[in-house]
Amino acid sequence: MTGLQDKLTPQQVEDFGRELDEIRQRIVADLGQVDVDYIHNVIKTQRALEVAGRGLLFAGFFPPAWVAGVAALSVAKILDNMEIGHNVMHGQYDWTRDPALSSQQFEWDTVAPSENWRHSHNYIHHTYTNILDKDRDIGYGILRMDPAQKWNPYYLGNPVYATLLALFFQWGVMLHDLEVDRVAKGERTWAENKPVLRKIVRKAGRQVGKDYVLFPLLTGPLAPLTFLGNATANLTRNLWAFSIIFCGHFPADVESFTEEETENESRGQWYLRQILGSANITGGKLFHVMTGNLSHQIEHHLFPDIPARRYPEIAGEVRAICEKYGLPYNTGPLHKQLFSVAKKIVKLALPWNGEPRTPATVESDKTLRAA
Amino acid sequence: MTALVPRRARRLASLAEALLTPHGMDRYLELVDPMLVRREIRGLVTGVRRQTPDTVTLTVRPSRAWRGHLAGQYVRVTVEIDGVRRTRCYSPAGSEHDGTLELTIKADPQGLVSRHLNRTVTLGSVLGLSTADGEFTLPSPRPRRILLLSGGSGITPVLSMLRTLAAEKYEGDLVFLHYSNGAEDALYRTELADLARRLPGLRVVHAFTHAKTGGDLHGFFSKEHLAEAAPWYPDAETFLCGPKPLMDSVREVFEADGIGAHLHTEEFAPPALTFDTENAEGQVRFARSGREVANSGKPLLEQAEEAGLSPEHGCRMGICFSCTQIKTSGCVRNAKTGETSSEENEEIQLCISVPVGDVEINA
Ligand code: FES
Repeated sequence: MTGLQDKLTPQQVEDFGRELDEIRQRIVADLGQVDVDYIHNVIKTQRALEVAGRGLLFAGFFPPAWVAGVAALSVAKILDNMEIGHNVMHGQYDWTRDPALSSQQFEWDTVAPSENWRHSHNYIHHTYTNILDKDRDIGYGILRMDPAQKWNPYYLGNPVYATLLALFFQWGVMLHDLEVDRVAKGERTWAENKPVLRKIVRKAGRQVGKDYVLFPLLTGPLAPLTFLGNATANLTRNLWAFSIIFCGHFPADVESFTEEETENESRGQWYLRQILGSANITGGKLFHVMTGNLSHQIEHHLFPDIPARRYPEIAGEVRAICEKYGLPYNTGPLHKQLFSVAKKIVKLALPWNGEPRTPATVESDKTLRAA
Repeated sequence: MTALVPRRARRLASLAEALLTPHGMDRYLELVDPMLVRREIRGLVTGVRRQTPDTVTLTVRPSRAWRGHLAGQYVRVTVEIDGVRRTRCYSPAGSEHDGTLELTIKADPQGLVSRHLNRTVTLGSVLGLSTADGEFTLPSPRPRRILLLSGGSGITPVLSMLRTLAAEKYEGDLVFLHYSNGAEDALYRTELADLARRLPGLRVVHAFTHAKTGGDLHGFFSKEHLAEAAPWYPDAETFLCGPKPLMDSVREVFEADGIGAHLHTEEFAPPALTFDTENAEGQVRFARSGREVANSGKPLLEQAEEAGLSPEHGCRMGICFSCTQIKTSGCVRNAKTGETSSEENEEIQLCISVPVGDVEINA
């Protein structure tokens, strides 16, 4: 197994890290009014779509109104979760000191309480990206997403679990914070889970109350239609979020790492791991916005706290740096990345361990020697 | 019946909050009109007037959550400058019996916010506001004799007191002694003359520090000025706000006379804090963000910012408490009082607390 340490010479890692740091510094120094105007516009659009969607469902007896209402609400939920919630909670707008854009105060339109998520995602996943047994996003404790996860018969259900996770993604994210798998293994106690659980119950109660009780009741005789509409919007958002997020780390050729090879990482090596462990999705401007710019997962993992709208602008440079150092830059259209993820989910249901894990390094050795 | 209305309104409001979870009503209302917010306080600028070249006087109509102010208190004013929210404290100059707010802001050549307010605020601008705060207020019942003493733009809290007393038709002895460079810098001159005509017990005294003529008194503050303007000052309550040198010399006179207890002050400029950055030791840990830095001997707010965090703050000089956070462990020195304290889980103001050795903050 090639260690992460062997990918580049120490000098190269250092230069590589410095080049990325320079990009970061340049962007941070340039942040200003345009970034704030941008996020305010997205928020305005999101709120308008939400109000419109809820409003249209009051006319849900008229099928086109129902469809339009569900569509507007779905887009509102997607924007809220991805371009707004995910990014704001990463602290991308903390520098504005606007409490409505504060990573510590923002709460999103999903059942997972933001505070729990900030721990499991911002801290655990972004620090230990793709390190087996440390990054809990690998398979969410349910799926086998890497050949290095030891197979057992439970994993035969991999495709089924994945489908269920996609359908109920917001609940998956919520339960993720409870680390039920670790409780089952005895690594975590229920007592430790109490505060997390309390927040979950409160948050989920409110979300369910609004989508499945209050709004349906308000529409009187249309209650079943409104209920169905809200459920559809949540489902659409779930499927979309699942797809984008799984395409960010699990297409073929994305690497994972062991705890040993990531011990005492330098800044440059950390950057290196973020690149090797992430994948982008190509697409148009609107597509990027709808993914919360997580279509630029690589850039996001390098600079999680830089406003996501800046990722497209630096993607070219990041890619050029990767080329310069002979590193892969995993990207492709949505259908290709999705297919690749699906294939992995199905393949790993079986006790298959894949080829030896060398994809990125073999060809880079040549380029490196040339460089 | 009348009692039912607010209750019903409240119920409707909480239903709306439940429907608009998780963002809450204000986040939607402000998109229609920033002044509609219910929880936060905003102020609509309804008047802009320039009394002197480097000041601006704003009349502000606060949104519904505003609960009024007491004369002498301050509010935190927030503006957005190049995408970043900045907050500073200003004392409203109007009477506490007045529903609108009047702010007079001097443009400090170094001051980001004060220059912004002077240059860019126009009719219809919306400012962020806090509730009024501060202990520098008139006692009630009102004392029989009152001396209001101010310098420069320190006039605002004491003018608020004067206008409040005027609105109450105060009948005791009242002197308003104000220091400015010269006639062109004397704020509120016409209003003060007007008040003096209307309130029989009031005497307004203008002291010019840099002009030899045109004022009632000339030169810097002295005991003679005091004796001249308000000979009864030893048995009055004195309220003072102004630049540090003025505050220091007034304090000196009152201390020497043994009547320091009758002097009430509002720190107007940041107190000169001293930091020992040479001998700082220990580590500062910001628990929530997981960042850790070597103690530089500077206040925790600055250390947090240098570590890439942006904790909430306002005045940066220990008066507004917007920077208050929980210190989970370690010892800090209060740069204002010099006191050290090592209690666990206590609330401290980041902007004036300097770590003594290892400290952990819940930020
Ligand atoms: S910032 Fe005002 S008290 Fe610290």
